[in-house]
Amino acid sequence: MNWKLSEDRPIWIQLAEQLTLRIVSGEYGPGAAVPAVRVLAGEAGVNPNTMQRALAELEARGLVETRRTAGRTVNEDMTLLRRVRKELAYKLMDEFLASMTALGYTPDQARALLQEKEEESV
Amino acid sequence: MNSNLITCQGLTKIYGSKAALDHINLNVGQGRIVGLLGPNGSGKTTFIKLLCGLVQPTSGSLEVDGHTPGIHTKSLISYLPDRMYFADWMKISDLADFFADFYSDFDRVKAMEMFTALGIGAQDRIKTMSKGTKEKAQLALIMSRKAQLYLLDEPIGGVDPAARDYILNTILTNYSENSTVLLSTHLITDIERVLDEAIFLQNGKVVRHDTVDSIREEEGKSVDQLFREIFAYSV
Repeated sequence: MNWKLSEDRPIWIQLAEQLTLRIVSGEYGPGAAVPAVRVLAGEAGVNPNTMQRALAELEARGLVETRRTAGRTVNEDMTLLRRVRKELAYKLMDEFLASMTALGYTPDQARALLQEKEEESV
Repeated sequence: MNSNLITCQGLTKIYGSKAALDHINLNVGQGRIVGLLGPNGSGKTTFIKLLCGLVQPTSGSLEVDGHTPGIHTKSLISYLPDRMYFADWMKISDLADFFADFYSDFDRVKAMEMFTALGIGAQDRIKTMSKGTKEKAQLALIMSRKAQLYLLDEPIGGVDPAARDYILNTILTNYSENSTVLLSTHLITDIERVLDEAIFLQNGKVVRHDTVDSIREEEGKSVDQLFREIFAYSV
């Protein structure tokens, strides 16, 4: 997966979002080691201090833990990971519904349309 | 982390009747990558030369690691000037010898690795190199020192985008936790994500000094966009 950084928002926030995505999608599985700050920073082409800040944010949210000897690992608590994933999904659905509203669909129509598309593609 | 590597107070440099730097107050900490940004003639090179001790301030004070620029600070600083100062009959291997003689913190193995990665041979002569290749060679030498402070005056101006990426990556991976990189440039888009802090210079004055992320947070725009606004020419 590549790092996508947009122009207008703080870099560390974007890094934290993309790291969260990697965790909830299972790219870094529960209990797995998170690559070292310098490795991640090199990969994304960003300053290590910025990457450090993003990881500190994930730590504050409990998504990763720092162990004295093992470096950083992903939290093994599946309920937390599922909850975060669900929050992200809700956010995406809100965005979807907002876009559909902008196109002139009511939420009900949007739902029906989604179903129609699914049936078509089967 | 919080101890200051560079401190200056009321730093002023006047050339003739023109103030190149006008009462600059700045603190720069350790372990930072700092961009010195500003249009042509805003005082970037003058500031870097003052830090190197190549020119003397007209008034005000300047300290690097608690010392005024001199013998001690020169051992801490690895400086990439805005123009090449090597004799053009030299070969890359001569330059490596030269640096090894001059600087005790020069890592020859690392320099050779970087030359290889950049496609520069040890037997290549400066005279036969293109402008961009010369710049790459020079930067490889500069970054192969274990310095406390790297002062890079326009390090990516003349090189192609692929080499630019390599150079930025080199800066990112080579600088150690307590060394600081201060680089001047106007190619902001390319280096923005690498920077911790940005210092905006205009007519010899600091108009803004902040971290890149707080600029983005407060302004809702990139440092590059902010630069274009601050320094826009009125039509």
